[in-house]
Amino acid sequence: MFSAMLGEAWRAMGANRLRTFLTMLGMVIGVGAVVLMMAIGQGAQESVKQSINAMGSNLFIVLSGSFTASGARSGSGNASSLTVIDANAISELDGVSNVAPISMGNAQVVFGNNNWATSIIGTTPAYLEIRVWDLEDGYVFSESDMRSATRVALIGKTVVDNIFGDINPIGKTIRIKQNPFVVLGVLKSKGQSLDGRDQDDTIIIPLTTAQRKILGNRFAGSVRQIMVQANTPEVMTMVEQNINGLLNQRHNIREGADSDFFVRNLTAVANSAAETTRTMSLLLGAIASVSLLVGGIGIMNIMLVSVTERTREIGIRMAIGARERDILLQFLLEAIVISVIGCLIGLFLGITGAMLVNKLTQAAVVISGNSVMIAFAVAASVGIFFGFYPARKAARLNPIEALRYQ
Amino acid sequence: MAQSLVLVSDLHKDYQTAAGAITVLKQVNFSMDAGDFVAIMGPSGSGKSTFMNILGCLDKPTSGQYTLDGHQVANLSGNALAQIRNQTIGFVFQGFNLLSRVSLLDNVALPLVYSGVNKSERQARAKVLLEKVGLGQYINSLPNQISGGQQQRVAIARALVNHPRLILADEPTGNLDSKTSEDIMTLFSELNADGITIVLVTHESDIAAYASRQIRFLDGRIVQDTRSKTIASIASAKEPD
Repeated sequence: MFSAMLGEAWRAMGANRLRTFLTMLGMVIGVGAVVLMMAIGQGAQESVKQSINAMGSNLFIVLSGSFTASGARSGSGNASSLTVIDANAISELDGVSNVAPISMGNAQVVFGNNNWATSIIGTTPAYLEIRVWDLEDGYVFSESDMRSATRVALIGKTVVDNIFGDINPIGKTIRIKQNPFVVLGVLKSKGQSLDGRDQDDTIIIPLTTAQRKILGNRFAGSVRQIMVQANTPEVMTMVEQNINGLLNQRHNIREGADSDFFVRNLTAVANSAAETTRTMSLLLGAIASVSLLVGGIGIMNIMLVSVTERTREIGIRMAIGARERDILLQFLLEAIVISVIGCLIGLFLGITGAMLVNKLTQAAVVISGNSVMIAFAVAASVGIFFGFYPARKAARLNPIEALRYQ
Repeated sequence: MAQSLVLVSDLHKDYQTAAGAITVLKQVNFSMDAGDFVAIMGPSGSGKSTFMNILGCLDKPTSGQYTLDGHQVANLSGNALAQIRNQTIGFVFQGFNLLSRVSLLDNVALPLVYSGVNKSERQARAKVLLEKVGLGQYINSLPNQISGGQQQRVAIARALVNHPRLILADEPTGNLDSKTSEDIMTLFSELNADGITIVLVTHESDIAAYASRQIRFLDGRIVQDTRSKTIASIASAKEPD
């Protein structure tokens, strides 16, 4: 019985191919748009999530303040107000799991005939732990390297590509500002940061070495930033207050006076970026759903026309024993078949489109089983919802009047 | 048989129109036994078509009783009425009313879809009936590929496919020429000879003459009810045994 009705639906659709195709096109475009937009939205969310994970979690950054020289005020991070001792004091605070003092600057790096300008980060091994940054090859410098200010370096992927090419850099000697450094390890690629900087274009050296040989310091032991990691997201507010209190006390800042440092909550910034992309992908999905709705209305419109055209057929079927629900099912099935086939084509086109977007723009796209299933379920329900009214209209026809209909 | 196949008593039918209520059937009493061949005649507007629709469970009377095969039709649900139309009654219409996009075989098999018969049996039964009405070679044709008389034979095959007890034919020869009409009426006579009960609406007396009983409607009442020998029985009486 059911298969006979599916056959009927198929025949009715075949009777007016162009009309069926156009009706289906509404669903194809609707489903295709939803799948494509969800793929792009989820792709954006995924890449933001990756950037956040690459940055490390529960992070603060303490920056030194600005200084004023001959009336010109420098930007933050330029005053020499933070020291390694501040960093050590912060690491004693409750709820703090890792602390890394950082000095940084830019320098020209040379290997053989190649040279490259890159950023130099002088820090402690804790920095790699906080940033969840592993090595591709080699090993990290040790505490004893820190104490004796050894000239050793960990280099990023971009630097390797630019000065080493195919040569294995481990154990080779590079020159940073004329100082020879032995390459201990190669950092794993981290890609772009949230603000689009290439995080692999960098060299990490021991903080002590950086201060003495490369960057130079106005005061021994001063650093530009201290990176602080809290144990859990819950203690972050407390840790932030304690850092402020501790440093104000250590720097002899009076109540109400301006501090000579800033504390920034990096995780909050990252979360707001994640929230933005989430909103964006919801918005994209919502706009795409509108076209699905329009497709559904198209189905309803055509089914109403079809019921009117086939009034006499309905009368005949009733006269030879079709029950109301047989007629209802017949027309409902037709609407569902149209929307499900349209949905399958739309899924195919949406997924193809998403892959094309990925190929052409390098933008990340994520086609999840969830979004495909949601699109399919929505399409089937659109078929049922918009097919029901015309089908019920058909089923409630008076058989005598339907038979007389010309 | 103790019970009539069709028993109608004190039947009334009113229609509500913009101009007020119109009475189409008044105090109609009628009964027929299984195996009867009844022709209903009367001018247009006399109520004969409405009477047919009520007999066919397509319409309900305003008042009065209609008993079909022992069932009080007024008490039956929509689904039960559909089942009666499917299994107890076979319809033949003036305009044939075949589905135009569907093969003759599937047209004949269509009532079986609604009685839940499986596909192979549907097709087998439809094929037997198409052969019986002489159209075995056309089973895969479409209705518009055959003549009007042949289409009416297909419609009769469809009416017979579920072994109904009662065939209702509403001016089955109205769209056919006299030679083809004769063929169709001969087919009805043969079916009646096989024991199938037939009610036929016509306004041609030579068509009505095929039936064994003629009823005449006028202004919503039965005004005449006569019995005669059927043409078929006269013809067979002439033949030497």
